[in-house]
Amino acid sequence: MTSNPENNSSVEIRPIGSLQSCISKPDGSAVFTQGDTSVMAAVYGPGDVKPNKALMDKATVTVTYKPKIGISGVREKALERMIRNTCETVLLTTLFPRSSVDIIVQEIQDAGALLACSINAACLAMINAGIPMKCTVAASCCMMGKDEELIMDPTKEQTKDAECVLTSAIDSSAHSLIASSMQGSCSVEQYHKLMSVCQKACDKVFEFYREAMERTLSKP
Amino acid sequence: MAAEFKTAQPVEYYKQFLKEEVRPDGRELGEIRSTILNVGSISTAHGSALVKLGNTTVVCGIKGEFASPTVEEPKKGYLVPNVDLPPLCSAQFKPGPPSIQAQVTSQLVADTLLSSNLLNYEDLCIKEGNMVWVLYCDMMCLDYDGNIIDACLIALLAALRNVRLPVVTIDEDTGLAELSSTEDRSLNIVNQFAATTFSVFDDSILLVDPTVEEEDLATGLMTVIVTQDGRLCNIHKPGGTPLSTDQIQDCIGRAQTRAKEICSLIDDTLDSIER
Repeated sequence: MTSNPENNSSVEIRPIGSLQSCISKPDGSAVFTQGDTSVMAAVYGPGDVKPNKALMDKATVTVTYKPKIGISGVREKALERMIRNTCETVLLTTLFPRSSVDIIVQEIQDAGALLACSINAACLAMINAGIPMKCTVAASCCMMGKDEELIMDPTKEQTKDAECVLTSAIDSSAHSLIASSMQGSCSVEQYHKLMSVCQKACDKVFEFYREAMERTLSKP
Repeated sequence: MAAEFKTAQPVEYYKQFLKEEVRPDGRELGEIRSTILNVGSISTAHGSALVKLGNTTVVCGIKGEFASPTVEEPKKGYLVPNVDLPPLCSAQFKPGPPSIQAQVTSQLVADTLLSSNLLNYEDLCIKEGNMVWVLYCDMMCLDYDGNIIDACLIALLAALRNVRLPVVTIDEDTGLAELSSTEDRSLNIVNQFAATTFSVFDDSILLVDPTVEEEDLATGLMTVIVTQDGRLCNIHKPGGTPLSTDQIQDCIGRAQTRAKEICSLIDDTLDSIER
């Protein structure tokens, strides 16, 4: 999967691709790529939980985020928290009390929109694992440049001269905002513009989930 | 009786109150706890502030040190924020390495500082490519009763505005820095900001400025950070109940009003100290 950053027009997200059940041990796994950004996610669960972490009324969801190089630090902890809460929102955790759902997210390559790609990979891995979910979740990244032009799914180079970069995760049933994070600042009107662009990008990802599942399930 | 009911069925307990549009501590749904600010209380720091947001107490101290600038940006000094949640402030924090909550809050504060253009970092330059100020901003929570992000950012902003750095001259012959004992200068804060945290109760009711109980019961949290002139600096929503565009717009409006209040509170407090 290669992509040319020049080809990345402002209204299109970079080409997305996926690979499911790529590793054998987890209950579900997926590699999600957006342009050159690539993230692998694996889901174990519902399974055993340590007694001190068990919750009486729902499953314990944990997310481990592994960076490509180095050990995880504060930034990774923040990402983990974001992905964990997003996944917990869509999972029907109350069906599995006193059990655990472990999600492992491994960064393979970061070429922009890493958080969005991680959330998408985690969601696709959860679909692949067949864990009951309320709805699916898709995330997308959108930036506003110096002269207010909007770029959907920017690369890392493009975000360097961004006024504002917005990552938002949207649920597939009500299309409401589950998670959001922002770098830089913008006016309220500009925020709404960014949000509507993100919505469109998320719709593309929802379509992609469906295609990807059809492809995986129709394999002989 | 009420105490047992609260312990046994906290959600039901809250629902009883929220049905009457009031919270157990007597606040309305959109009411923020009283905010008390004190600046300059730590004499050994270059700048300091203490904030009480209801029971939540955060003290911020800022200490300036000399450092070498990065090669890419030889004229820019830097800020190093750190949020500390010691075991003292709540039973949920144990001694040892920083808790996840502390790390996530530190990261959010650092991101906010980066994205807000709070000050011109070139003001912190002492000698280009050689020496700059690095300001260590330590926020310590003394009492954890929810909404730590709002309290930390108020404390940080007030402490930064309280900073007095001594004027530094570099001796041409020896190359050593000399601190002036009489002259000092304050930082030029260009862009102020304030955060407003909302918690979602039972997937439907929005509560402003949640206490620790409300945060624990919340199905979602969202922090809106707005600059003084009404621009959005961050909409930080780490998962939880999905919110519609209308609800978010409502939150932004409230955050803008709150930001103005906070900025004037800081202005008033600093004025009263200088007088």
